[in-house]
Amino acid sequence: MSLSGDTTLAKIIVVTSGKGGVGKTTSSAAIGTGIALKGHKTVIIDFDVGLRNLDLIMGCERRVVYDFVNVINKEATLSQALIKDKRTKDLFILPASQTRDKDALTIEGVQGVLEELAKDFEYIICDSPAGIEKGAQMALYFADAAIVVTNPEVSSVRDSDRILGILQSKSKRAEDGKEPIEEHLLLTRYHPGRVALGEMLSVSDVEDILAIPLLGVIPESEAVLKASNQGTPVILDTDSEAGLAYMDAVDRLMGEERPLRFLEVQKKGFIKRLLGG
Amino acid sequence: MGIFDYFKSKSAPSSASVAKDRLQIIVAHERSKRHQPDYLPQMQQEIIDVIRKYVNIGNEDVQIQLDNTDDCSILELNVTLPEQN
Repeated sequence: MSLSGDTTLAKIIVVTSGKGGVGKTTSSAAIGTGIALKGHKTVIIDFDVGLRNLDLIMGCERRVVYDFVNVINKEATLSQALIKDKRTKDLFILPASQTRDKDALTIEGVQGVLEELAKDFEYIICDSPAGIEKGAQMALYFADAAIVVTNPEVSSVRDSDRILGILQSKSKRAEDGKEPIEEHLLLTRYHPGRVALGEMLSVSDVEDILAIPLLGVIPESEAVLKASNQGTPVILDTDSEAGLAYMDAVDRLMGEERPLRFLEVQKKGFIKRLLGG
Repeated sequence: MGIFDYFKSKSAPSSASVAKDRLQIIVAHERSKRHQPDYLPQMQQEIIDVIRKYVNIGNEDVQIQLDNTDDCSILELNVTLPEQN
């Protein structure tokens, strides 16, 4: 990690995008859960102060007592604010404050919390708010790696490129002249049928434009909404393509080789095609 | 896709390829500006104001670009003057 002095093994991963609504929180929840499932002690921090939602996606909204800002302001200890996930061992959530705004986050405050977490956790996932303003910059400042969540759509790709510029210039690693943040592209809401029809940017189109290594492609899937309705990270839905694609992405993040899948159009029956179903 | 779609002409470029072309241009443009110093837009405006004291030009007639190579930075200033009558 790129915090001050002491060397710990904790890896800080920011999940970011610039654009809103592309699946940052869904991806943070899925990937954090996936890493914990592999036996690594993991915490997911919601940096979206004022608009907290990670708690809902993780299904722990009724267990929030203290939050990230309370810990920064020393109104609560870290162990009081951390919520232990009920389904997955080794997984904790640090919720965002709902009553403050992004100004409640300070570099020193965030650094203090991350340093304390790094003593105890192997992976720290920072779920960034949308935008390129203070909240997003705080979420990425201390990161060792970044997962850039992108939809195959013009405004999302452009915003992802903006956020890559910020990762390369305004992070602590950049300011200290250290090895740059590891960048990973996660393409979400991918619709192979529309790509085949030339109606949607393909994986290779987006890779050509952003020029960063591909971590995974998550197909558009009904399972994502179903999972968020129920407050269960979609990665636990092992019957769904989206869940399996997230698990593949986690495996790749851990350095394993996994071929891409779910990128082909599913063949429809002749009658269904004829009727336009 | 229903049966009638099969009769549609496929000659126009796909919207995805249009999207890719547009993105490649705008992203390249924005990347080239990324490493420019913050004072550049203001300096550009002041240069335009000075030139305008003498020649009637529009904002788009002045292009300013800063290129960094390994050992030096080159400030390129391109002014399109109006045709003389």
